[in-house]
Amino acid sequence: MGDMTINPEDAPVLTREVSESEVRELTPGAAAPDEARDLRITDSTLRDGSHAMAHQFTEEQVRGVVHALDKAGVQVIEVSHGDGLGGSSFNYGFSKVDEFQLIKAAVEEARQAKIAILMLPGLGTVHHLKKAHAMGASVARIATHCTEADVSIQHFGEARRLGMETVGFLMLSHKASPAKLAEQARIMVDAGCQCVYVVDSAGALVLSDAQERIAAVIAEIGHQAQVGFHGHQNLSLGIANSVLAYQAGAKQIDGALCALGAGAGNSPTEVLAATFERMGIKTGVDLGEVLSAAEDVVRPFIPRLPWMDRASITQGYAGVYSSFLLHAERAADRYGVPAHAILQKVGEYGYVGGQEDMIIDIAIELRDAQERADVGADGASGLVVAR
Amino acid sequence: MTFADKSPGRLKGTAAIVGPGNIGTDLMFKLMRRSELIEPRYMIGVDPTSDGLRRAKSVGLEASHEGVDWLLAQDELPDIVFECTSAKAHAANAPRYAEAGILAVDLTPAMVGPLICPPVNLEFNLDATNVNMITCGGQATVPMVAAVSSVVPVPYAEIVASVSSKSAGPGTRANIDEFTETTALAVSTIGGATKGKAIIILNPVEPPLMMRNTVFCAIPPAAAEPGEVQNRILEAIHAMVRTVQEYVPGYHLRAEPQFDHAREAWDGQGRVFVPIEVRGRGDYLPDYAGNLDIITAAAARVGDILIAHRLGVATSWKSSADLGDTADPIAPTLEKAGV
Repeated sequence: MGDMTINPEDAPVLTREVSESEVRELTPGAAAPDEARDLRITDSTLRDGSHAMAHQFTEEQVRGVVHALDKAGVQVIEVSHGDGLGGSSFNYGFSKVDEFQLIKAAVEEARQAKIAILMLPGLGTVHHLKKAHAMGASVARIATHCTEADVSIQHFGEARRLGMETVGFLMLSHKASPAKLAEQARIMVDAGCQCVYVVDSAGALVLSDAQERIAAVIAEIGHQAQVGFHGHQNLSLGIANSVLAYQAGAKQIDGALCALGAGAGNSPTEVLAATFERMGIKTGVDLGEVLSAAEDVVRPFIPRLPWMDRASITQGYAGVYSSFLLHAERAADRYGVPAHAILQKVGEYGYVGGQEDMIIDIAIELRDAQERADVGADGASGLVVAR
Repeated sequence: MTFADKSPGRLKGTAAIVGPGNIGTDLMFKLMRRSELIEPRYMIGVDPTSDGLRRAKSVGLEASHEGVDWLLAQDELPDIVFECTSAKAHAANAPRYAEAGILAVDLTPAMVGPLICPPVNLEFNLDATNVNMITCGGQATVPMVAAVSSVVPVPYAEIVASVSSKSAGPGTRANIDEFTETTALAVSTIGGATKGKAIIILNPVEPPLMMRNTVFCAIPPAAAEPGEVQNRILEAIHAMVRTVQEYVPGYHLRAEPQFDHAREAWDGQGRVFVPIEVRGRGDYLPDYAGNLDIITAAAARVGDILIAHRLGVATSWKSSADLGDTADPIAPTLEKAGV
């Protein structure tokens, strides 16, 4: 416990010898030493994948995925609406099946895996957190924009009081410098967060960008909490960034089966397992089982595999929150403007996760500009306005 | 001590502002500018180095960093207190104000008293001794929900408030759950939706974004199609924007409301999307802080009404027009809303 920073007046007064397990209990982030693993993979197919499924997961699909991941030895499985608890809405899309029903089904299905939930303060509340806990979720992943960590303080406090393991998600991490990110990680750790994730929500971190951020966060929080990495494939770097993150000291890595996630998808869990195994890095995940989970369980129900197309590459390039993709495509259809042009503007204006409503504003703005340009071009020359 | 105990024939009520942050400071200037009945007398904080306390002193208020204990120990208590701290602080202070006979206008989401949104339910119980101003997002969006629900039934309304990180003080940040829960409650109880939901987003981009609120209302399928009902919804929205502009001149539509056809995923309902932008005309704060502007303007107006009622005189409220403030255009374009 030597390197814990706690205010002296808050420090527990120890009046007797404590056992090693009690020390672990009292020490944030100190998961039991696990000889069998060098890192822990958290699978987010049933949360980030909710974006790619337009939030239409059925209970049967959730049970099938949890069963397969659990069998493959994945230790943490995240289940929530793509935007976290309470995300079912006009702005983000309504869930086909109530997320608490899905969480309960996942808990019932898991033998060894813990079920995690995601929540974004400002959308989800402590009330949602308690309900998820009551359904049996045991890991609380609390996400804020990378510069706004202080809105999560009350939620970390409550999650710890409920006895949940805690993870902090600093979203759109490319938008903050390594030093800024480290400062925000400190706020989360002081609030009770046991693992801070550098979250590349836009798939915009290019190799050393990811590694520098992980290193800066580790330098700040030391052994008081673990550090994790959540990658997206918009620039095809999810796996490479995850390996670099591990090499910089990250202990938790996110993936999703078949990359099922927002934008061009997440680092595929099965590729993470294969790559780490080739490198001799132990994840505790059975490669054959996880490959089967992707191929036989998830692939058959995916309506459209996440892919690096013009729109999702633009997201990585312009630094746009990955879940904006399908919303931009719908607005593109409705207003007759290109999805990639909408996403480019989202990047220019600096909108952050959760501001899906701004996509409509931008689509209207682009349509109006296009109509003005059409009128301006006036037809006499017969030229088609460049789009 | 109550109003009745004090000298009759008084022309003004005295006010204390508790919480000398951005909201408290802007409110002080709004009261000075817009109300003739309220005299801001005390500014109360807890930090001796507070910029807000220094500023209040410089314009003639008595400022103290010794908190509500100091305020309640004064020989001359204020008639009305404006609470600009946090929900938790107000929950603790409210019984003390009540015991001292001081009216309370609560700008935190504590919800000790009834929720008030001036353009919608200003005819509240004037004998209330504690009223709640909901949240900045509530003040910006509840009028739009009320406008739509005045024409058609609204089974569900959802609001998304995006505010600049700079304008979200420690109170908002520590109380973010209270923000969403209080706003959602106001969207239903005052806005008239059967069910309400609220979302808040903080955006740190530089230069800071103006406050931007989206109001989504579920509406009957026929109302989502062009026609007479849709026109009445549009008229009600425009009329309500004009009403809010009487005290918040920077309140406007960022684009015309957008109607979407009914969908199965929306329980068979159609939808109207209303994009509201609030350009701060901060009597103290910059453009981007429209979120603070709208709640301080609403609170000052409510305070003026409460004091007028206690003094038995007419309100002294000065509208934007009275002050010579030009309101923003209602919407940037006046094109017909599309389906």
